[in-house]
Amino acid sequence: MSDVARKISVPCEVNGERVALEAYPMARLLDVLREQLKLTGTKEGCGEGECGACSVEMDGALVNSCLVPVAQAQGAKIRTIEGVACGDGALHSVQQAFLAYGGAQCGICTPGMILAAVNLLARNPRPDDAQIREGLSGNLCRCTGYMKIFESVVEAMRHSGDAGLRLRTGA
Amino acid sequence: MRAFLPGYHMETPRDLTETLDRIANEPGVWRPFAGGTDLMVLLEAGKLPHKKFLNIWNLRELRGIETSADHVTLGALTTYTQVRRHEILAREFPLLCRAAAETGSVATQNRGTLGGNIANASPAADSPPALLVYDAEIEIVSASGVRWIPYQQFHSGYKQMDLRPSELIRRIRLPRNNYPWKQYFRKVGTRRAQAISKVCFAAAARMDAGRMSDVRIVLGSVAPTVLRAVGVEGMLRGQKPEAAILKAAQDALANEIAPIDDIRSTSHYRRTVARNLLAEFIESLAG
Repeated sequence: MSDVARKISVPCEVNGERVALEAYPMARLLDVLREQLKLTGTKEGCGEGECGACSVEMDGALVNSCLVPVAQAQGAKIRTIEGVACGDGALHSVQQAFLAYGGAQCGICTPGMILAAVNLLARNPRPDDAQIREGLSGNLCRCTGYMKIFESVVEAMRHSGDAGLRLRTGA
Repeated sequence: MRAFLPGYHMETPRDLTETLDRIANEPGVWRPFAGGTDLMVLLEAGKLPHKKFLNIWNLRELRGIETSADHVTLGALTTYTQVRRHEILAREFPLLCRAAAETGSVATQNRGTLGGNIANASPAADSPPALLVYDAEIEIVSASGVRWIPYQQFHSGYKQMDLRPSELIRRIRLPRNNYPWKQYFRKVGTRRAQAISKVCFAAAARMDAGRMSDVRIVLGSVAPTVLRAVGVEGMLRGQKPEAAILKAAQDALANEIAPIDDIRSTSHYRRTVARNLLAEFIESLAG
């Protein structure tokens, strides 16, 4: 059947490693990350760009991976939740703050929330309350734990100068 | 039901010339695909009828914001994030920046584009009301030429527009003459982020000796297309922003718009909100 697309090879970088993704061109980046690279930290919530559970960084920009066809990931540098902790295994200050301040409950929204927070602090190391709320506004939490999530981000920001909680700001 | 993925094609042209040649040689077969914030939603829902797309996301010819003495010209692939971060836009075209800031959330703003917002032709789109207030013009290119048209003439009906299958929106141009108009923007939706508008209202007025010497009023989500309320504008021109004219203008506005009941709101609610937003705009001019 001539109208059936062939799988394509999409060279890109995921969490610092060069990979070639093999998929139908309009496969969602979300599915390819999960099923081919087994990076299942990236979650699917709504599948329509409303909930932010599938947030990843693409070339430093926060995106909903459910809305990115894999063909558009060619040459991109992608960071998922698995690539947020430092190379030595130490958790990112945002992750540490989520642990310390109860920012995670059931956990489904957590990877997206953390990506959104890490991305916000990379762009703006000293966000005010309104900017934090805006930075997290694309991420829904069904456990209604928004205040603890918000407080976790505030704490991560406050501790970003501490030796043990240094922010990694590079994308 | 989810889409059958092998049925969907996406190819990436090298440059604008190749893109235009392909849509000229096979008209209607290949359609441009930009940031995907609308099309991917349809794909996942199994409701994307078209099957072949050209990935234009990386076309340099459709990117960048240029300023001259008379215009700010935005590439069609300018994202909402880029609109928000642009200093001249923030200073001289605040309605567009407000619209960008209230579209989706950070992730949507990083991928959604002005050209996509225009070509998707939703009457609930957030940037078109601001673009219409600013008398935007759009540049449409094809393999056989270039044309500029006033954006006001672009949308002719629900999801209908002056764009042939062989054409692509390349740039959007805003004349730099709106300063120091008084400007007003308000999007009414279910919540501040991520909502599709129930009513969107963008307006500007030039004040001379306490009177509105010129006024522009544009609404989204109240008609089959984003609507410039020319009747109300005519009624207000030359008047003082006072209660006396307001009631008549509100009645005229309620007649000029044609909102519907749908999943987001009701016709009645939209008419009421449109009247109230007009009042808020007029009151903002009195100060």
